[in-house]
Amino acid sequence: MVHLSAAELVQHLVNGLTLGAIYALIALGYTMVYGILKFINFAHGDILMVGTYAGLYAYTAIQGSAVGPWSIAVFFLAIVVAMAASGALGFIVERVAYRPLRRAPRLAPLLSAIGVSIILMNSAAFLFGTKSKDFPYPFDNAPMIVKGVAVTPHQIMILAVALVMMVSLKLFIDRSRLGKAMRATSLDMDVARLMGINVDSIISLTFVIGSALAAVAGVLIALEYTVYPTMGTMAGLKAFIAAVVGGIGSISGAMLGGILLGVLETFGVAVLGIPVGLKDTIAFSVLIIILLVKPSGLLGRSEREKV
Amino acid sequence: MIYFILLLVIYIGIYAILSLSLNIVTGYTGLLSLCQAAFFGIGAYTSAILLTRTHINFWWILLLAGVVASLAGILIGLPTLRLKGDYLAIATLGFGEITRNVLLNWDSLTRGPLGISGIPAVKVFGFTLDPMQKVEYVVFVWFFVLVTYVVLNRIMKSRVGRALEAIREDEVAAFSMGINVTKYKMMAFGLSAFFGGIAGTLWTVYNQSVNPSSFDFLLSVMLLCMVVLGGMGNQLAVILGAVLIEVAGELPRLLGFSSIVPPQFKQILFGLILVVMMIYRPQGLIGRRVPKSRIVPRQSAPDSPTEVSP
Repeated sequence: MVHLSAAELVQHLVNGLTLGAIYALIALGYTMVYGILKFINFAHGDILMVGTYAGLYAYTAIQGSAVGPWSIAVFFLAIVVAMAASGALGFIVERVAYRPLRRAPRLAPLLSAIGVSIILMNSAAFLFGTKSKDFPYPFDNAPMIVKGVAVTPHQIMILAVALVMMVSLKLFIDRSRLGKAMRATSLDMDVARLMGINVDSIISLTFVIGSALAAVAGVLIALEYTVYPTMGTMAGLKAFIAAVVGGIGSISGAMLGGILLGVLETFGVAVLGIPVGLKDTIAFSVLIIILLVKPSGLLGRSEREKV
Repeated sequence: MIYFILLLVIYIGIYAILSLSLNIVTGYTGLLSLCQAAFFGIGAYTSAILLTRTHINFWWILLLAGVVASLAGILIGLPTLRLKGDYLAIATLGFGEITRNVLLNWDSLTRGPLGISGIPAVKVFGFTLDPMQKVEYVVFVWFFVLVTYVVLNRIMKSRVGRALEAIREDEVAAFSMGINVTKYKMMAFGLSAFFGGIAGTLWTVYNQSVNPSSFDFLLSVMLLCMVVLGGMGNQLAVILGAVLIEVAGELPRLLGFSSIVPPQFKQILFGLILVVMMIYRPQGLIGRRVPKSRIVPRQSAPDSPTEVSP
């Protein structure tokens, strides 16, 4: 254990929260798809990567790398482009690789998803090159010091954007007609179809929304961690773990799990003194522990296996 | 050129053992494992460390590498095998990543990213296995392919094999028939890891060096492709899958196109194989024999395990 002052603790908490907000945004896509199809979209992280490239190209085409008076507006435009690209890709992937397998044995869509993931990753490496590309900051990212705690504008933006996205998603699912249809489909696909819900388009919509949210997360992290073809793999894995920790299938669970995992990772390195090289191991250990103690996750409903 | 072909035959042999071992877990038991590369790596590193630091007889090292890998398999199996399919896949993926992380960071034992090199040549039955003499090595590796095939064939036709297949077909039904599901799953993992470790030793002996980057997730996916392409649960088919995938992946080099075809070609091909096979021929090129004693043709339920007929 390392002893920390109050300011340092708050500092790590802020860092953990920002990381967690990113995980949460990506985790939402996993959890929404799992809630309906009971299937892990392995390609989710790679869909994020493609969206981030789209955002990067849109941003540099309009703005270049200099910071100008309009660069924040352009940045948000780039986020919209990334969301559109990822959303479209999510839609296509579901149509081509998952829909034909909806009635297939469980292993089939999983294997197909791994295939899609490999295809996307390597196509991106072929098209955009394997070298990582910088996503220029649209603003001056000098940290502000508040009572010994350094907060960068980037962190504030991540937290704000993630909050807006999560609140709108929650409202959409809880209040809108389409959201209601989504919840119904997730509860029981066949009965939902009998009630006149177009289940296929609801599933497509789920993929589009989940992918678009992941793209937002992708662009937000790209500022700090650059853009490269395998960027989605680890981010996707961590987010999946976050979704499981929160209770896969539960929207609030994904948010909680993401934030929790981000904080745990930051504190694991800073407070428990886990070497940075083994940082990724924290998340996997958390996964294994939660699956043993409470496999349904923190906010998940436990389901009995039916014969 | 002939050297390259011999090299290919050696690699195919090693991959054939690996896909045979993955086939136990994924093909016979119906569990998706994404950490075969980790068992392979553990076996390879165990033998590399023993070969450089001790003078133990090769056969003991081979056995030890298998045992250490299989202990790792049981270690990952203990907490995770109670998980359902998709979770297990992720947990194994995580285990694979952890293993690679450990190999990369445990400098005092594995020499980190440098890997271990300068591993002495091995003497088997009075022959010194020199990697330059490829023909001897081809015989050596394919002998192990044969042994693996025969041993696994016997096991899969025994009570154990039937139990594993019962678990694949319907876990709940198998459980209610008195099959200790967790125990048999663990057995499948341990067995699979054991042969993975053996393959790792062959790899080390041939390359005379090991490096953590050889045991990544993509290798696990490639092995999965071999199993899926050939036909899950059919051993000969899996060996065929290993041949086809390895030859297809090296085709540009074989035909002398390697300067034109981008390096990503191989992986994109693997991805396409997975997707296309799942949609059009989920049982693989050959598929496995399905008992024909069903009286009423049954429609497959959406979430029932593998139910394919050739």
